[in-house]
Amino acid sequence: MTILHSVQGTRIVVAINGDLDLKTAGPLRDTLDTLIDRYPDKHLILDLAEVGFIDSSGLGVILGRYRRLGQNQRTLTLSGVKPSVRTVLDLAGILSIITVIESPARKEIQR
Amino acid sequence: MTNRMTLRFVSLAENVGLARVAVAAVASQIAFSLQDIDEIKVAVSEAVSNAIIHGYQGRPDGWVEIQCDLDRTGLTISIEDWGVGIRDIELARQPAYSEDPERMGLGFVFMESFMHGLSVESTPGQGTRVEMRRLVTVSGELSRDAQ
Repeated sequence: MTILHSVQGTRIVVAINGDLDLKTAGPLRDTLDTLIDRYPDKHLILDLAEVGFIDSSGLGVILGRYRRLGQNQRTLTLSGVKPSVRTVLDLAGILSIITVIESPARKEIQR
Repeated sequence: MTNRMTLRFVSLAENVGLARVAVAAVASQIAFSLQDIDEIKVAVSEAVSNAIIHGYQGRPDGWVEIQCDLDRTGLTISIEDWGVGIRDIELARQPAYSEDPERMGLGFVFMESFMHGLSVESTPGQGTRVEMRRLVTVSGELSRDAQ
């Protein structure tokens, strides 16, 4: 798994490449918490365009960050979600609480 | 066709990916769709993660064994550990049941939703065996062969 981030205006855009499972959940959680603490007034966008697999370990990290941000009226948005990942998010009920935008946010990092 | 595989590895998080890729390679030998295989991978990932997190409580030296039995109607997968076992299987299978607030308690929900049958046998102090089966379907319905 690799993680790239960029701060743009009021948002931290984080692009993740790789599978989100038990192996990668811990490092992802630590990285996101560091960014959330470093930029305490920014919202978070997670670009999942290069994430081909997610299970409940990965979902737990996303939901945990959503709750942390929500305590300070900050938001978490997902972008570029692949169909295989969307199926898992949907089954977990995450699509009803977290906003998903279609276009990958990582274009903004690469620009 | 019929095929069988046994895969045994230690309880390291690194092996969750190994397990789902190996099972996916077996599953791809019959008429599963790519979506079917994606869903099988999630179920395997959840079962192996449970063995590592709950069965061995993070210990890296326990054995996890996967057996796959494939025929033209579908795939049966069993995942076994020799860890602490589950005291109350019905409670563990309930949605949102988890002892860790960072985990969602959805492991068994995903296994049940993505497979066509799930059984759990566990003896406290001896270990747990999860068996699940995925049938080949046509356009979301069970094929005539599978029925």
